[in-house]
Amino acid sequence: MASVSTEPSRRATSHPATAPSPETLKRTALEEALSPTSPSVTFLASDPLPLDCGKSIAPFTVAYDTEGTLNAAKSNAILICHALTGDQYVLRQHPVTRKPGWWDEMVGPGKPIDTNRFFVICPNILGGCMGSTGPASINPATGRHYGLDFPVITVRDMVRAQVRLIDHLGIGQLFAVVGGSMGGMQVLEWAAHYSDRLHCAIPIATAAWHSAQNIAFHEVGRQAVMADPDWADGRYQSEGRVPRRGLAVARMAAHITYLSETALHAKFGRNLQDRDARTFSFNADFQVESYLRHQGSTFVDRFDANSYLYITRAMDYFDLAGEFDGVLANAFRGTKARFCVVSFTSDWLYPTHENRKIVQALNSVAANVSFVEVESDKGHDAFLLHEPVLFKTITGFINSAAARHGIAPARSA
Amino acid sequence: MLARHEDLTTTPPRVDHLLITELVKPGARVLDVGCGDGALLQLLADRKDVDGRGVEIERDRVNACVARGLSVIQGDADLDLDAYPDDAFDYAILSLTIQATRNPKKVLANLLRIGRRAIVSFPNFGHWKVRAKFITTGRMPVTEHLPDTWYDTPNAHLCTIKDFADLCRLVDAKVERAVAFNVSGHQLGTWVRLPLTIHNLLGEKAVFLLSRRSADK
Repeated sequence: MASVSTEPSRRATSHPATAPSPETLKRTALEEALSPTSPSVTFLASDPLPLDCGKSIAPFTVAYDTEGTLNAAKSNAILICHALTGDQYVLRQHPVTRKPGWWDEMVGPGKPIDTNRFFVICPNILGGCMGSTGPASINPATGRHYGLDFPVITVRDMVRAQVRLIDHLGIGQLFAVVGGSMGGMQVLEWAAHYSDRLHCAIPIATAAWHSAQNIAFHEVGRQAVMADPDWADGRYQSEGRVPRRGLAVARMAAHITYLSETALHAKFGRNLQDRDARTFSFNADFQVESYLRHQGSTFVDRFDANSYLYITRAMDYFDLAGEFDGVLANAFRGTKARFCVVSFTSDWLYPTHENRKIVQALNSVAANVSFVEVESDKGHDAFLLHEPVLFKTITGFINSAAARHGIAPARSA
Repeated sequence: MLARHEDLTTTPPRVDHLLITELVKPGARVLDVGCGDGALLQLLADRKDVDGRGVEIERDRVNACVARGLSVIQGDADLDLDAYPDDAFDYAILSLTIQATRNPKKVLANLLRIGRRAIVSFPNFGHWKVRAKFITTGRMPVTEHLPDTWYDTPNAHLCTIKDFADLCRLVDAKVERAVAFNVSGHQLGTWVRLPLTIHNLLGEKAVFLLSRRSADK
């Protein structure tokens, strides 16, 4: 675990990482939500975070993970922004699922985002459920889980919380802010509102707004959660219940949107699951059904249902142009940041044409932008998978920008 | 865009690239439309320290450019230039690409709007070998420098040096400099001033440096 020396602050308290629990001892999602394995910082009640909804939140905690070493000039920090169901465990084993980090192909020693060269910071978003303040956290006003008393947040609010973290770490300008999907939306918010605090912006497989279709899919998921009697109007934790079925259905519906038709067909076709013939029942006859049910049930073990509602809402509210008089280009006017936008050919959730709108807005203010469309049949999920063209693109972009920025090459092993 | 001539990333640089590099002022902001594998952008960055950007239609070439650290976007000269603001660049370059655009007039007008100066290079269809091929065979000429057959060429709008000079007048462009190269890559008229007709006959390709007449007002 890399450590950062921060000035003692009267406005925040730091909590170091807890010692990793033994392999056999799995932590529960709720344990992680209330007391994360990763380091975290709590901003005290005297330093509230104002939110788009007009309310503010205090105290609030940002759980985060870091890897690598911050250089003396503090010029080599890269912020990784995670997607809807991601977390701070970008390259380290997940404390609940025990699976490897969600982007360990992209981030790590010798990887495109090389932790031998860069200091990588990945915070859990505000509203998340892996230790940053969210609806599963304890509301100091009531002593109970926030539930629906948690304020409705936006992607910009998530970024506001990240800015506090970066301030706390004593970093003036990030070398890069990187993220895919909702992580890409955070990258765009960073670029739009804090352009002097980043040298590069890398939004991947994302969009500058949520389309009607995006909102529609999220609404299906939210309705599934809220239709589960165990959701109990959001008070399930206090009542000792978990809306497993609702959240699983939400995950199943969402998971389809992350894949392409080609990928689903190649993986499952119409193959039957552990049987030779149809059963003339509603059992999971097809492999694809069995797969989705598995995706749904494992998701429930690691994710909070109310967090899912709040984060999908934040994404639906996302419309960057709307924050700038309806003109997306205004979000980037005067930016000196270098941008690298990446899309995937088979991504129908955040398709190339949505990414291209970002590129055109950047072009219209003559920003420094690279744009690559990666050929892939893996759908939206491609950004998380082994995609050599993506890795080459990010490696080339980052290395050339780092050289211009005067960041020393990776320490040789 | 589809530059049909060889795009060598290694030595030696293309003669038209060398000339373009000569024309560009150090440290300038440059947009290379149809930048191919980025050879010209790299040359301009290495020798003139330009702030360079590229637009390229072929995905693989874009990926290669970005992977080598150049700022390049996947885009189409016919569609994507409209998004750029006026005077965004000191030079907008179209290198061996104009003949492959659907609407060369619109593309050229856009270049002159986006760049304070435009640099355009193109293969000269008026070269004597092309003319000779056409006359002797009665078929669409296929030459060493224009190797594609009519049915699979991306070159939808081939023109001669005279044709291009006409288009420049039409879009109100002022020709600040025009250079033709022979098949060996030597500049024509280095020693003696040659008439346009001779350039059009002996030039295998040409490079024009243009500016807006309206900008003089």
